[in-house]
Amino acid sequence: MNQANFAGVVMPHLDEAYSLARWLTGSAADAEDVVQESLMKAFKHFAGFRGPEARAWLLTIVRRTSFTWLAVNRPRQLVLTDDEAAVEAQNRATVVTLHPKAAETPESLLAEKEIAAQLNAAVEALPAPFHEVVVLREIHDLSYKEIADIAEIPVGTVMSRLARARGLLLARLGGSAPREVANGR
Amino acid sequence: MADSAVDCRKAGTLLNAYLDGELDLSASLELEAHLADCAACRAERETLSRLSRRLREGLTRHEAPAELRQRLARLTAVPRPAAPGRWQRRQFLAMAASVLLAVFASGGTTYLLMRPVPLDPLADEVVGSHIRSLMGDHLIDIASSDQHTVKPWFDGRLDLAPAVADLKAEGFPLVGGRLDYIDHQPVAAIVYQRGKHLINLFAWPTNGPAHAGVRAMTIRGYNLLTWAAGDLTYWAVSDVNPKDLATLQRLIAQSTGATPD
Repeated sequence: MNQANFAGVVMPHLDEAYSLARWLTGSAADAEDVVQESLMKAFKHFAGFRGPEARAWLLTIVRRTSFTWLAVNRPRQLVLTDDEAAVEAQNRATVVTLHPKAAETPESLLAEKEIAAQLNAAVEALPAPFHEVVVLREIHDLSYKEIADIAEIPVGTVMSRLARARGLLLARLGGSAPREVANGR
Repeated sequence: MADSAVDCRKAGTLLNAYLDGELDLSASLELEAHLADCAACRAERETLSRLSRRLREGLTRHEAPAELRQRLARLTAVPRPAAPGRWQRRQFLAMAASVLLAVFASGGTTYLLMRPVPLDPLADEVVGSHIRSLMGDHLIDIASSDQHTVKPWFDGRLDLAPAVADLKAEGFPLVGGRLDYIDHQPVAAIVYQRGKHLINLFAWPTNGPAHAGVRAMTIRGYNLLTWAAGDLTYWAVSDVNPKDLATLQRLIAQSTGATPD
């Protein structure tokens, strides 16, 4: 496509691009860098883009750029394993440190904001392979096929990772707590 | 449950796809048959569906900062061949005046002192491009004194990353950048200012063996310096005095970390 169409075709997805980068890098400053780099890449290669899915195309670039960026700048933060034992060990470890009081706080006393904060923190704490499928599914509302294309994994892996990620979230949110959280108010 | 093809273990994975609307019809029917028989899996379905709903409601959708949006809009703006803005026109008039003034002020002596040099066609093309940039309304495609804006702007358009330095403190404020065409290829032109003089710094990939060091020449009253740094060839051209041009060359070379001398 002609670069003159960039503003109309790609720029409308800037918020989504930023949100994904923000989730994947975990930082507003990093997200800005990643998004600028991604958009400039998209702009440069726009001539070769044939459409029609500019949104998925841009998110694919953002996702790749995020991981490359993390590998270079935050190598320690990047955990790409989906080895379940390792994940669960990490999961248990973070649960304790993340919300030391969560278990003893009656859910009914938690304000709506705090519940949202807990959900956000729980998703943030998921290891990258689980984290990204949850973000792509629940925030970006993408189909399994679209997630598979963006995350460069088979559809079956999307399905199993998503199931596993939700299991981890339920466990993290405190066993029975998620049901109460979910029942809410 | 006995006559269902789906057991509780299998249902756990299928439930996710089912709730996401990703399960095909026959698998959905089998799962529903199991759910009708199994209270535990029905409870699991409720839990998962509430979790998903909560995530959708509660997870933050971050919005791009306005400043980032504006910067990207600038960086991806496609220059239109429109009439020059008032600012550009005024700047051009000031420029033309200064060029004329310089020509009159220097008078005939400079002309006579300039020894005829064998014409380097490439240098001549560089000078031509410099003059054209001052005459028309196409001095810059992107106006910015911020090298963090100008550098990525090139990155989006050329397969090269020319040195763009912030030399304001040294008396060479950045004016902007544009795409130009020299030696049968698109090149980067970075425009700096020195007092009322403009300096075009061209950069393109070095083809063939690079000349060592910095070469200086004067063509049609313009001073030129050329050198190679990294895999790029640079040409600086201006009517500014040779000393100032040499200073700029040194500063740029320092910023690229190269020591062409």
